[in-house]
Amino acid sequence: MEIEVPENVALTKLDWLASWCRKNSLWPMPFATACCGIELMATGASRHDVARFGAEVFRFSPRQCDLMIVAGRVVMKMLPVLQRIWLQMPEPKWCISMGACASTGGIFDTYSVVQGIDRFIPVDMYVPGCPPRPEQLIQAIIDLQDKIQREGSFLGNEFITDARQQPKRALQELELGQLPRSLPIIGGKA
Amino acid sequence: MVDLSGVLEQLKSRFGERSWDYSEFHKNQRLVVAADQCFSVLEFLKKTCGFDMLIDVTCVDYLHYRGAKDRFGLVYIVLNTVTGQRLIVRAFLNEPELKIPSVVPLWEGANWLEREVFDMYGIEFTGHPDLRRILLPDEFVGFPLRKDYPLRGRGERHNFERITRGEG
Ligand code: SF4
Repeated sequence: MEIEVPENVALTKLDWLASWCRKNSLWPMPFATACCGIELMATGASRHDVARFGAEVFRFSPRQCDLMIVAGRVVMKMLPVLQRIWLQMPEPKWCISMGACASTGGIFDTYSVVQGIDRFIPVDMYVPGCPPRPEQLIQAIIDLQDKIQREGSFLGNEFITDARQQPKRALQELELGQLPRSLPIIGGKA
Repeated sequence: MVDLSGVLEQLKSRFGERSWDYSEFHKNQRLVVAADQCFSVLEFLKKTCGFDMLIDVTCVDYLHYRGAKDRFGLVYIVLNTVTGQRLIVRAFLNEPELKIPSVVPLWEGANWLEREVFDMYGIEFTGHPDLRRILLPDEFVGFPLRKDYPLRGRGERHNFERITRGEG
């Protein structure tokens, strides 16, 4: 069947269009807890100017964000806060784990520092470095945009696949069953 | 380093010669007192000798330390803001008697400092108005700056709920 398309009219898929809108207006939630946060600020400032990628609107209210950038180490007492803020962000939402500390605990292999936030919240992009250069963070945002465009859908079905519910490898190896049961769970679900 | 001989004379006349032990090391002037006399010495230093400012309260765990006789060494650093005299007062504590009178009645600023020492070492400051953990979560078990506490903890850092993609 052939359809006559008038001038200035384009045909596309709704999924593609929604993803295209979403990827070009990511509103970051700056969860900057340590030195990486300084680099995050540099990314937002004029020299690197993340506005070129549509992600310059840093919001300090989780209700208005759809991209959480965790920049810095997260300690035991902060993790329940992080989880609560993550749960408060409306769907669709994505998470960038910025720097060695947020991704793995970095050099802080101590009792209080969480060894990678991906153990407890979902993460889409990891940025290596201590701290990562702003260019690296921008690259992560660009890659995330590609990912959103590639697999994003209007209804957000890509988030509820079985593969996305699996714990990260680090957690599978950890054998949670071996934790001393006398320890109270800290925080609890928001 | 400001001369402390006047203060030492006053201490000698009030507490007697042998009740404390004075030494100097790298311009630090240090006074070691018995734990049960610690409060009265500090009170005397504040009310009579004019040490009006408490700089810090902290603690050292001497477990496995070469030649150490006692387990915990409490450290109080006091300053006389008029003369510039500075004095480090130390008292040693051993298990199970990890109790010492709080100095909050003398210096209000001791409140959070003592809470921190309680949080990290489990020293109980009797008479403290609000002795709770200050840095760690309330549910935390154990005292992490003690030398017998494992560096990587006892699994607290893995002990959280996991949030998956489907929730949220
Ligand atoms: S990765 Fe490096 S720069 Fe980033 S928070 Fe950790 S220590 Fe700081």
